[in-house]
Amino acid sequence: MNFILSAVLVLGAIGLIAAVVLYACSKKFAVYEDPRIGQVQEVLPGANCGGCGFAGCADMAGALVKACDGGSLEGLLCPVGGQAVMDQVADLLGMAAANSEPLVAVVRCYGTCELRPRVAEYDGLMTCSAVNATGRGETGCGYGCLGCGDCVSACNFDAIKMNPETGLPEVDEDKCTSCGACVKACPRHIIELRKKGPKNRRVYVRCVNKDKGAVARKNCKVACIGCGKCEKVCKFDAITIENNLSYIDPNKCRLCTKCVDECPTGAIVKVNFPVRKPKPAPAAEEAKPATATATAQTTAKEEPKTVNSNDKEEAKA
Amino acid sequence: MKLHTFRIGGVHPDDHKLTAEIPTKKAELPKKAIFPLSQHIGAPAKPVVKRGDKVKVGTLIAEAGGFVSAPIFSSVSGTVEKIDNVIDATGYLKPAIIVNVDGDEWEESIDRSDKLETVESHPELTPEEIISRVKNAGVTGMGGAGFPTFIKLTPPPTTKAECVIINGVECEPYITADYRLMLEHTDEIIQGLYLLMKAVKVEKGYIGIEDNKPKAIEIFEQKTAGDPRIEIVPLKKKYPQGGEKQLVDAVINRQVPAPPAIPVNVGAIVQNVGTAFAVYQAVMKNKPLFERYTTVTGLQVKNPGNFLVRMGTTFGQLIDYCGGLPEGDNKVLAGGPMMGKSVASLDVPVCKGTNSITVLTGADAHRKKVQNCIRCGKCVSACPMGLEPYLLATLSAAQEWERLESEDVTSCISCGSCQFTCPAHRPLLDNITFGKGHVMGIIKARIAKAKAEAAKAKA
Repeated sequence: MNFILSAVLVLGAIGLIAAVVLYACSKKFAVYEDPRIGQVQEVLPGANCGGCGFAGCADMAGALVKACDGGSLEGLLCPVGGQAVMDQVADLLGMAAANSEPLVAVVRCYGTCELRPRVAEYDGLMTCSAVNATGRGETGCGYGCLGCGDCVSACNFDAIKMNPETGLPEVDEDKCTSCGACVKACPRHIIELRKKGPKNRRVYVRCVNKDKGAVARKNCKVACIGCGKCEKVCKFDAITIENNLSYIDPNKCRLCTKCVDECPTGAIVKVNFPVRKPKPAPAAEEAKPATATATAQTTAKEEPKTVNSNDKEEAKA
Repeated sequence: MKLHTFRIGGVHPDDHKLTAEIPTKKAELPKKAIFPLSQHIGAPAKPVVKRGDKVKVGTLIAEAGGFVSAPIFSSVSGTVEKIDNVIDATGYLKPAIIVNVDGDEWEESIDRSDKLETVESHPELTPEEIISRVKNAGVTGMGGAGFPTFIKLTPPPTTKAECVIINGVECEPYITADYRLMLEHTDEIIQGLYLLMKAVKVEKGYIGIEDNKPKAIEIFEQKTAGDPRIEIVPLKKKYPQGGEKQLVDAVINRQVPAPPAIPVNVGAIVQNVGTAFAVYQAVMKNKPLFERYTTVTGLQVKNPGNFLVRMGTTFGQLIDYCGGLPEGDNKVLAGGPMMGKSVASLDVPVCKGTNSITVLTGADAHRKKVQNCIRCGKCVSACPMGLEPYLLATLSAAQEWERLESEDVTSCISCGSCQFTCPAHRPLLDNITFGKGHVMGIIKARIAKAKAEAAKAKA
């Protein structure tokens, strides 16, 4: 009995002393943290993807609160949560949210197995960064997709997948959070974050080849040859041609799609536009929104490459 | 006689010196010669000719584009067709000068006679004069890497050169270009060595030759018998003995520390036999570097051989001359099978560093199936730099750059011994080279940042 009592007393005394020391320490060495940081972190998605440019959601929350004290949330955006989350954060902090448009990753290469013939066989380390460091890869194009899927393994949201038929990655627009991990992973800078656009409609150049026209065309049938037709036809000065490569500025583009019809190689594409019926009757020109083929990509021209593109749609559907 | 060799690691690949006894032939002139502006380590050369200009053999067509750079000379006479992007050995398009060949007219300043000029008979040649002639003739290392030679001959002031080592090892399988050069131009190489010794002001020269070339050892020993300043060092055959650091270890028994140390930190200046020959021609014959000895070889190639090739000739032309590509899958390498880089197209031209065109056919052209690492440690015992390749490869794959740097990945000489010896056929060298490139980039950026900050602090 005495044995048990002494054990209880000794342990109790140790516990009491430890409690006093802990209490004193917690008061003495307390670090003040803005309670808003915790609240903001609750609102953020918690994916810790780093898409905002900070180490994680907690870091971003700290930065947001700091920016709030600075007076403006300009330049801070959680790409995963998008405008909705930023609005919530702004409400919480009593600020106006900076306006931002939703972005989506687009793959600017369409050199599929048929359109871009293989001229050599690569037999080494199967990552894009290794292939890119070794040489131009299996095709004649030194700028296009290497198809080893560095972007796929970089994606935290399962939004980008390799299509085994084309050998190219495809972005699932619903899942893409525009965190930019794939953009950083691609050693050839093929993936770009572009504005999602009204009704997800976009027009962009699906090529990054800077070779001269003849060389580019020889190596890939859908390469941009830098001919400048699109630049001429554009009424909004949205298209610039540099180093034999056309680029459409998403902020200036009004989606008139004239460049798409003008492009001789089919390097410019429009996505998520209503599918035009092939019959030339004017009544059929009426727009009809695409539903099942929301992610389908098509050009309006009746050429073999268009057929390829349509084939892909069917395969997807 | 006890044979020397380097102390750690090394492997013994099959020799396959198919072309060793085939005398060198002059290769046919190309119809069109392609001169890439980046044939050496360092800044690309700057073209000094334009479209339509007439050039002769030996005309300067591009000048050095920076301190670490080398000029380029035309190897043919004809008209400059254009300066355009053409495919280089990596497959990317790089700027090059393309010359349409017409006849074979040489610059008059080049001495085309075979008369042997000795260093004793030219006392007017000062070390500075020799180095400046080497620099102006565009001589770069002929062993493969292509480092401008004049920089090696002007070592940093904190170091002191004590000897020149001529690299006649040729440890890569298949290649015999250096061996044929040693047999056919022995005197010129010895004079080249004298010139190099004079240029760096040393009194000791070594020529390291592996014991699988007894004829070369014998002929060099005969010709240098009367001169105690030159020593012929027969070496035990082992790959990669031709690596600078391994050769210094084997010949003078000194170990070069980890980078950024270079052989001259332990007193040695290493030059390839081809470089010694080029130095002789540049200084004594006023002949810039525009042709070189190249081996075209491969087990299935019909007529392999050694050629004196004008630079700018395409691989395709040389291979056609040797009987064309064998049937089936081929892997065409610029260099030997251990360190050579496969080319993506046969339109690649022979450059200053192309010592061999090796064609691997059939099963040799493909890699074997990769299996799991069984931790046997063979790669560790094979590594001539004392590294742990399995670890470096894993760290590279995991992109652990800091750890990779602390494990001395920058010491790797990319000899490929680890991958050669791996029983599981793991792509060790691929991973390590990739990681090494990344780490070198990080180190460079760090140095640049430190420099910028130092400049800021000063201002």
